[in-house]
Amino acid sequence: MAVTEIESKKSQASPQQGTDPSLGKSLLGYGSALLLWGLLFWITGSWQTYWWLGLTVIFVLVTVAANRVGRVVPLRHRRRYEQLLAFGFPLLLLIAWEWLVRGGILNARWFPPPTRIAVALYDLTVSYDQFNETSLLGRPWLIPTRLLTEGWPGVAALFAESHVFATLSRVFLGFFIGAVPGIFLGMIMGMNRTVRLMLDTTMSAAYVLPKIAIFPIMMLLFADPFGEGPKVAVVAISAFFLVAINTMVGVRDIDPVLIQAARNYGAKGWQLFYHVIIPGALPVIFAGLRLALGTALIVIVAIEFVRAKKGVGFMTYYYWEILSTEKMYAGLVVVMVLGVLLTYGLQWVEKRAMPWEK
Amino acid sequence: MPPKVIATAIEKVYETAVGPFTAIHDFSLTVDDGEFVCIVGPSGCGKSTFLRIVAGLDQQSDGTVLIVPGSDPRKPTNNVVFQEYAIFPWKTLLDNVAFGLQMRGIGKAARYAVALDWLERVGLRKFAHYYPHQISGGMKQRVSIARALANDPEVLLMDEPLGALDAQTRTVLQEELLRIWEANRKTVIYITHSLDEAILLGDRVVLMTATPGTCKEIFTVDLPRPRTIELTGSAAYTDLKLKIWESLRVEVDRAMEAQR
Repeated sequence: MAVTEIESKKSQASPQQGTDPSLGKSLLGYGSALLLWGLLFWITGSWQTYWWLGLTVIFVLVTVAANRVGRVVPLRHRRRYEQLLAFGFPLLLLIAWEWLVRGGILNARWFPPPTRIAVALYDLTVSYDQFNETSLLGRPWLIPTRLLTEGWPGVAALFAESHVFATLSRVFLGFFIGAVPGIFLGMIMGMNRTVRLMLDTTMSAAYVLPKIAIFPIMMLLFADPFGEGPKVAVVAISAFFLVAINTMVGVRDIDPVLIQAARNYGAKGWQLFYHVIIPGALPVIFAGLRLALGTALIVIVAIEFVRAKKGVGFMTYYYWEILSTEKMYAGLVVVMVLGVLLTYGLQWVEKRAMPWEK
Repeated sequence: MPPKVIATAIEKVYETAVGPFTAIHDFSLTVDDGEFVCIVGPSGCGKSTFLRIVAGLDQQSDGTVLIVPGSDPRKPTNNVVFQEYAIFPWKTLLDNVAFGLQMRGIGKAARYAVALDWLERVGLRKFAHYYPHQISGGMKQRVSIARALANDPEVLLMDEPLGALDAQTRTVLQEELLRIWEANRKTVIYITHSLDEAILLGDRVVLMTATPGTCKEIFTVDLPRPRTIELTGSAAYTDLKLKIWESLRVEVDRAMEAQR
């Protein structure tokens, strides 16, 4: 079944088949090699034991075929071809997974097939957890009635009960509280040699420390150890070091001739800062912000595993504890979706903040 | 013409791990108002360092530099055109050219009018809203020159401005520089390692010795203006070039000897 999927993909991606006579021939060659390989495994009954080998060879053959197609894709179809590669490959992985479970090769208990994970995700979206008094997205089916009875605050209150809101609010709050002072300290470290020399070693040491390890200290420091304070604090600290170090590097990497030119044209103090230092360091600052946002998500999921009553990490771990593995995987999917959305969001901001970048 | 730049007995000594190193020794130069002076010398002779001292980007160890102020006290004393262009990648060409005026607190409308005028004169008006990464090296250096001229300094300091460009672009920009300079006659100190460039552009050519750099000889370029690139074929031009080269060659040999 997987083999036919692959075949149809290839013919889609080769709009120029007519102009290159050898392309059809080589694709036919790869196709028959795939078929033969699958057949060989099937006849010898090797799929059950050596499925990983069978799949690896299939994926290599598909890659070689896609590469062959890539050489003749005309420029105007280039984008579509690249998108097909970017989304086709994970799709193939999912198909292989589904097929492995349905064929009884992988245990559906521990590796539920993607279709069942999708169903679990749907279930989570449309159901309310009475026991935890939470839901994934905040009971979207109640939005119309709440809007009529309580207006927008009612809808906001609905969303506030959700796992996604709990995780996102911790990420955003921690990210903001950490990144803003991080940028400030990084700027100072970038511009002042004394401060840099004093802090560099300390920062490098603090940077490599796994931030989840200081969660107990944070719990000691806050009046309510089980509240939001310690969680947000750990996220903030993780973001702080990444942003500070990157900002420092960004400031240091500014071409000195640009600073000389600015001074020669009369820029001093705040002017120099606003017209040269900030825009000059911005690309590297954004690289730091991207890292920090990703790290914030990683850290908060880990913390929610350990100690939280809400949040996507908590949900994932909770469904592992009650051995509802489809829902556990659904939780992981939500984390990945959040990660992608956050990255895209930051890229959107980045494009607008730096219109001069290619 | 009254003097515009007076540099007296400039000395530049660097402290290095193996002891003091004299880059410039007893270098004096007077540039008249409206004069175009080119400084040539073997590489590493300290000619760029001298320019940076005049610009105030470097501090001399001894000696004095004076740039005589003009009638308008708000005018900046000097602006530098760097070999690396040094235009800001995050500003449009228009904002780059208007930068000096912006730093002096001149309003948006006024500074954009001046900047657009200068972009027009270097042939880049239609690229006013482009960012530097969208244009070529030759265009970037035009922007850098326009930025300096738009700021209207007392003295224009040019540090091998065409050194990073290919030969053809360089020739085109030399002619453009001639045209622009002959129209507004600003005082210029121009560092170059090209004798052709020095003779084509300059009123005088100052020859510096190998390290430690000092003034070896000053040649007056008695060629009529307005000049064009055709000048480089004339006998007077070739004679002068040969005369300077004979003197420069000794210094180049010495510089290479010292590097060995």
